[in-house]
Formats: sequence, structure tokens, C-alpha cells
Amino acid sequence: MLTFEPVIGLEVHAQLKTDTKIFCGCSTRFGAPPNTHTCPVCLGMPGVLPVLNRKVVEYALRMALATHCTVPGPSRFARKNYFYPDLPKGYQISQYELPIAVKGHVDIQVDGQERRIGLTRIHMEEDAGKLVHAPDRPISFVDLNRTGVPLIEIVSEPDMRSAEEAGAYLRILRSIIRWIDVGDGNMEEGSFRCDANVSIRPAGTTTLGTRTEVKNLNSFRHVEKALRHEIARQTEILLDGGTIVQETRLWDPDKNATVSMRGKEEAHDYRYFPDPDLLPIVIDDAWIQRVRSELPELPDERRARFVADYQLPGYDAAVLTASRELADYFEACLVLYDHPKTVSNWIMGPLLGLLNAQEKPIEQSPVSAADLADLLKRLGAGVISGKIAKTVFDEMAVSRRPAADIIEAQGLAQVSDSSALETAVDAVLAQSADEVTRYKAGQVKLMGFFVGQVMKATKGKANPGMVNAILKERLG
Amino acid sequence: MTLHSLTIAQAHDLLKRRQISSVELTRAVLDRIAAVEPQIKAFLTVTAEQALAAARKADATIAQGRIAPLTGIPIALKDVLCTQGVRTTCGSRILENFIPPFDAFVVQRLNAQQAVSVGKLNMDEFAMGSTTEHSAFQTTCNPWDTTCIPGGSSGGSAAAVAADMCLATLGSDTGGSIRQPASHCGVVGLKPTYGRVSRFGLVAFASSLDQIGPLGKCVADCAWLLQVIAGHDPADATCAPCEVPDYSAALTAGVQGLRIGIPRSYFEVDGLHPDVAKAVLAAIATLESLGARTVDIELPYTKYGVAAYYVIAPSEASSNLARYDGVKYGRRDAETAELLEMYRATRSQGFGPEVQRRILLGTYALSAGYYDAYYRKASQVRTLIMRDFAQAFEKCDLIAAPVTPAPATLIGAHTDDPLAMYLSDIYTLPANLAGIPGISVPCGLSADGLPIGLQLMAGHFEEARLLAAAQAFEQATPFHQAKPRINP
Repeated sequence: MLTFEPVIGLEVHAQLKTDTKIFCGCSTRFGAPPNTHTCPVCLGMPGVLPVLNRKVVEYALRMALATHCTVPGPSRFARKNYFYPDLPKGYQISQYELPIAVKGHVDIQVDGQERRIGLTRIHMEEDAGKLVHAPDRPISFVDLNRTGVPLIEIVSEPDMRSAEEAGAYLRILRSIIRWIDVGDGNMEEGSFRCDANVSIRPAGTTTLGTRTEVKNLNSFRHVEKALRHEIARQTEILLDGGTIVQETRLWDPDKNATVSMRGKEEAHDYRYFPDPDLLPIVIDDAWIQRVRSELPELPDERRARFVADYQLPGYDAAVLTASRELADYFEACLVLYDHPKTVSNWIMGPLLGLLNAQEKPIEQSPVSAADLADLLKRLGAGVISGKIAKTVFDEMAVSRRPAADIIEAQGLAQVSDSSALETAVDAVLAQSADEVTRYKAGQVKLMGFFVGQVMKATKGKANPGMVNAILKERLG
Repeated sequence: MTLHSLTIAQAHDLLKRRQISSVELTRAVLDRIAAVEPQIKAFLTVTAEQALAAARKADATIAQGRIAPLTGIPIALKDVLCTQGVRTTCGSRILENFIPPFDAFVVQRLNAQQAVSVGKLNMDEFAMGSTTEHSAFQTTCNPWDTTCIPGGSSGGSAAAVAADMCLATLGSDTGGSIRQPASHCGVVGLKPTYGRVSRFGLVAFASSLDQIGPLGKCVADCAWLLQVIAGHDPADATCAPCEVPDYSAALTAGVQGLRIGIPRSYFEVDGLHPDVAKAVLAAIATLESLGARTVDIELPYTKYGVAAYYVIAPSEASSNLARYDGVKYGRRDAETAELLEMYRATRSQGFGPEVQRRILLGTYALSAGYYDAYYRKASQVRTLIMRDFAQAFEKCDLIAAPVTPAPATLIGAHTDDPLAMYLSDIYTLPANLAGIPGISVPCGLSADGLPIGLQLMAGHFEEARLLAAAQAFEQATPFHQAKPRINP
């Protein structure tokens, strides 16, 4: 049967977290009463002029360098002309022919495979306002607080071949944006938005099929779901001998389907031209060098270092570098307890399990890096067993007390006193005459039973290695 | 001499010596407006109350011994400049009731000196036109012959100065809108270098071409006004952060030894009126008699100026005027209709035919598939025109030319023929496309008694040289003293 290969490219809009808007001094803070963060400039009054916020260029440049883009020379703002009530000037100031950055890439990992996704361009633009539709009347209200909030648009090459790859790409982009501290990447609040261009083609061919643009992808879950649906929809059409219509489709999470916007958007001719109110932006080498030198170690660099320096598996390194804070947490543990794989296991297992369940980021972890390292140090020294360590960890997460306090207060320290252990073993063997007989008759699996009984009798505090040794000696 | 006929310099001197008060002067100007406005129709809004209040404050300041060059001087503003609390219509129905919440940068500068604004002046709608016939409200009449147009788009500004309805005004010049009406009304009008004066608060027509400048009764008054409005404004990214020279001090520099470039082809244009050619050539001879020498120059690409301008300016206008959509301020029609119908009704009824024509032209020129052939090509021509001037200014210090091919035409002469109106901009457009300064100074009257202007152009930021040459010419000739006869 004919199989199809999906071809996906993404356009991501990320809000930059400057204090003020891109072309005026109004605040960018989210959640203010409607139209309170506005001035004649962002309201598009007659006679006003935009003045570029230099910090926007700085942040866009930081993102460009973090994604290995080139900065090709003077860039320009252009006007994108269209009418809509949330666009007070009747045009959006964006970039068109001369974006700030081109030709970059990021590396993603899916199913243990690393793939490189190309970036076509990054450009700066202003956000539009927001329409609020009255539920009871055919009236819409216009809130222009968001008008002029700075965005960067990151356009990928059509390099992704599955919904999972698109999801991985988005997660990497978001982690970079947060990593270099230029945006908060919050999809639900709209500070990180994504449109997808999707087409399919017979596997093994290289010409691109007709694409559709899928919009309204406002969470990571929706992106992958919508893409899987759209790929399936296109596949079905082609298998039925139909043709794909180039169009914009909206993801409807309630219907669990993409629906056509019926060509409404397709008729747009935005009539881009250079904005005569703004001068070309010249970014000299000194500026680029300074921003480059101020960049932190980037996620892919840090991931590679974790593998090389700590001998971690690639998977561990990828998980630990999902955010800068998590990677910092890991390395803070290592400073106090230099056993990378053990620390990695405890972070990826109990800690992230706990945080995921509580929907908390690592910055809000109830167990600090120092406390976790201290716990693992005690585990490593044999003060407590692995099982007890998990119990202590859970208690630390609840009470926020250090491990030492919990171990002492609850008498959880491992029993390694051989005479105490010999007494406990002898007591167990005395009560289990039947099992002892069967063991001696060859049922060696019963060793586990005896160990269990000793652990039970000592409330789990017995040193399991020593218990094993004593049992073997007693049972001959 | 009556008070309303004073120049700024004369009035300043009398105010300073406390021989007159700003209130007396302002009342004289308001009386003059009341007397001649029915014939001239220069004003869209007269702010008599505010003007007298401002005059009283100015008098109080002067009484404290403090006086700046424009303190207490009655001026008026083209209605394209935003004035806080005073409606600013741009000559358009769509902004008929628009009251800006802020002052334009130049208005702030005038207010800082306590100049007294007596009102807002008529103009072609959104500065599109060269007659004031495209104002949505009224056509201004030329004070020299009220059956003639005053020129435009700053026609109200030029007529008000010529008819002594204020001492001086500010206008805006996108393709000749200061120089051409100044020429037609026999006053002095200066378009500064692009970037010399902040455009903040100037309602945009074509952003890469628009520039604010003074119109006055004499060269010195324009120098005074330019001194006040020129300089860096961080609110306008295209406003140059370069130093402002002392223009008044430069006025006496004369033309001795200056090389005046004469673009011979400008005098071979079809439709150049013989009276205009004669007056301008005579003016050049006067400059030579004052010590300048002439050199022939070539400006080969300026013949494409009209074509390039009428692509670039409408393209920018089509975008600049998109904000008048009935949503936020200004006129709204079809209030209860669905969105698209509201847009269509508001813009169809709010904009006049010339504005709609240019929005359509610009929209077309920027459309996919036409952009390269029109907008991009016009931008390339613009670069060549800039180069023309750069090369010319290697051979000369100033360029002398006509302002318009003919004196003021009769009202109604061009209303059915927009192309004829566009072509009359041939001598003024190149300075806007190149961003260089140009001035119009009176250089005679036609056989019909209508004023003719001499245009001088200079390199970027060479306003001082331009003003000095204009001043030398003015001092050597009687033309600026001629006044129109208006019988109130």
C-alpha cells in the first residue's frame, strides 16, 4: 500500500518580555483593565510616530544567536496592511524583505534519534489588540492593551516529518526562549503561539504536496493532536483519489478536528512595503559579539557536556536540560554529591514525578538541591537503605525538613550492628522452621522470604547486605 | 501702518518696547480675520477666545521682562497639525469632529515661546491637492484675485499670510504644498530638509516626503519660525539629531561668490508660462548682479519625478489613511451594519474623491504582482533623482528654478482633470523626493497681476545658505512689499 510522508513547517510567535511596548512607552503587563496600557501612539491616533524599543532588537538578536542564525546586515520594518478592529493603524508593523535574522537551526530528539530542523528566518513585529465579544448582544469590544507588545516570529523550514517532531521542535524553541530569558513561552496565555503548514507526499518522493495552514493551536497537546488529525485527513483524501485544497484550517478542540475557514483568509494581499517612519536597523559586529558573549551555555551545548563530562545517557541529558533551572538544580546537587547517574535517577524519578503531579516547575521544588544531595549522601554511605531513602524523600517533600532530621526523629537509620542483626535473623529462622526445612531441601528462592521477614522485623532499617550474609552463614 | 500688517520682527520689536500689547495685536488680527474671511475663506477654525487668553498670558510674561522671539505673536496653523483640545480636521469629513489629545512637536515649541495661535487653516483634504478645492469644507480664494485658487495644499496658510490674517503660519509640504501656494499668494514659504523638523503630530500623508515649514511675509520671519521648530525630537525616528544653526545670524551672508545652478531643461518644459519664465530668469539675473555666478546643471532624472511621486506618495497614503476606519475616533457611518459595511460606508462617505483616488492608486501600486513594476521601480527612480541632486551640488551651491509652471489658475479650472493638477507639481516634487530644502520667494507679478515665485533649492541641511540667498534677493527687490488689494 502507498504510504505517505508528512512535511511540516511551523510559524511560531513568541512574545518578548520587555517592560514596555515595541514602539511606545506603554507597559506590556498582562491582565490590566481594558485600554489602560495605551497612549496616542499605540492607539494609532492621527499624527503619531513609532519609536523602536532597542531592547526588542537586543532580545531578538539573542534568540537569533541562540538558534545559530546569521544576521545578514541592515534589517527593516515593513507595514503589513489589513483592516481589522483590533489593528488601530490599519497595518501591523512587521518585517518582510529584510528580517533581523535568517538561516538558523535547532536540534531535536525523537525516539532517541537526533534531527536538525532549519530556521528560515526570525523577524520582529508588534502584536495586535484583542476583541472581546459580548455573549448576549451582537457587539464586540476592543481592548488595545496588547497592541504593540513585541513579538518575534520564528519560521522553520518544512523539515519536520511527524506530529511528534513538531512537538519536540516547539518544546526546544520554548526551552531556548526561556533559557535565554527573552520570553516566558506560555502557550495558554498566548505569549507563545504556533501555526503549522502541513502537507503529505508519497514516501520516497521529494516534491512538496499542496499544503494547508492549521491555526488555533494553543497548547502543546493541541499541536500534536491537530497535526495527527490533519495528516490523517489529507492521507484519507489522497487515498480516495481526491486532491488537497490549499486553505487555512482551524483546529477545533471540542470537535477534535480541523475545520476549513472557507478561503476567507486566502484573499489577503497584505501589500507589504518598507515602513517610512522607521530607519533601517544596523547591527554592527560589536553588538553581535557582545550579545554572543553574554549568552548563557545553551541547552544543546549543556546536553552535550552532560553526556561527555558526566557519562550520562543521552536521554538523561535531554531530560535534565529541558530547562535551565533544572540543569542548574542537577549541577548544584553534583557539587555536594558527585555521583551523576544516581543524582540523575533521583531527579528524573522521584523528584520530577512529584513536581509533575503537583504541576510545579523545578524552581518551586519543595526539596532543595542541597537537601536532595544530603539525602543521597546518606544513602550512598549506607546510613539508610534505598527503600527508606524514598520514604525519607517523600517526607521531606511534605514537611520540607532536611533528611537528617527525619531519619533521626523516626529512627530510620539503617541497622548495621552485626550482633543486633544476628539476633533478628535467629528470631526469624526460629519462627520459620517449615521454610528452613524446604530451603535446605533445595528451595533456595526462599532466601527472599527470609530477607523480607528480617526487614519487616526491623521495620526496613536492616542493612540488606549484612542480612544476606548472616542468613547464608546460618542456613549453611 | 496697521497692526495686522506687521512682520514678526516688527511686532516683536514693538512688544519688546511695550509700545503695543499682544492683546492689542491679537485683537487687530482677529478683527482683520472677521473683515476679510468672508472673501478669503482661509480658516476652518478661529480660536478667538483661546487666542486672547494666550495673548494675556504672553503680555504677563512680557511684563516680567521675559520675551522670546515669538512671544505674543499671532500665528495660525495648517489644520494638519495636531492641537490639543482644538479640532484638527485635515480638511476632511472623516476628522470633522476630531479633537487631538496632544500637541504636535512644532505646536509644543510654539507654545513654549507663548506664540498666540488664532486658528486652524484650510487645506486640500489630507494635503492631497494643490488648490484647496479638495477641502471637504471650503475653497480658499487667492487674496490677489478671489476668482483664483491660492494654491495648495497649504492654501489656507498662504492666503492667510497674504491677506494679513495672521503674522505667519506653519504649513506642510509633501510635493510642493508650502512653496506652491506661497508662490501663488506672493509670500515666502520654506520647505526644510527632510528630518530638519519633527513630524510628530503632523497628520501623515506620505511619511517619507512630508515636512513642516513656515510661510511668512518675509524671509526673516521664516528664519525666525524655522529656528523655533527645527531640531531633534526623539519621538520622530526620522528627525535628524544634528545641530541647528543660528538662521537669523546667517541671513546677512549674501550671495557673493555663490554658484547658482540653472537646470536648463526646467525652462524648456511644455506649459511653462512666459510670464513665469521671464520673472524667474530676471530673478536669476538679479542674483548674478548681487555677486553670484550661474552654472548650467543637468538633472536628467527629474523628468520622471512626477511619475515616481505619484506612485510613492499614494502608496504611503493608502497605508497612512487606513487608520480612519470608524472604529476608534472620527466619523462612523452605518453604525449598526456588519463590520465590512461599516468600513465601506465610513470611508466612502468620509473621504472625498481626490483622497479616494489616491488611496486606490496606492493600493494598486502596492498590490501583489504590481509592487515591483510600480513601488519598487519608483523607489529606484527616487534614488536616481537623489543622485542627480548630489552630483549637481558638486558643481553649484544653490539651484534656481520656477516654483510652478504658471501663476494661479481660476477656481474650477482643473477639477475634472487631476492629471493636469499633478503635472503642475513638476518643479516642486524633486526636492521632496531628494529630501532637500527649497524656498519660494516673490519675484514679480504676471501680466494679470498674479504673484510669481522664485524657487531656490540647496543641499541637505543647508537652510542657512538658502535663507541668506533669499534674503539678499528680497532686500534687492520690491516684490515682497507688494500687497493684494482686498476690499473688506
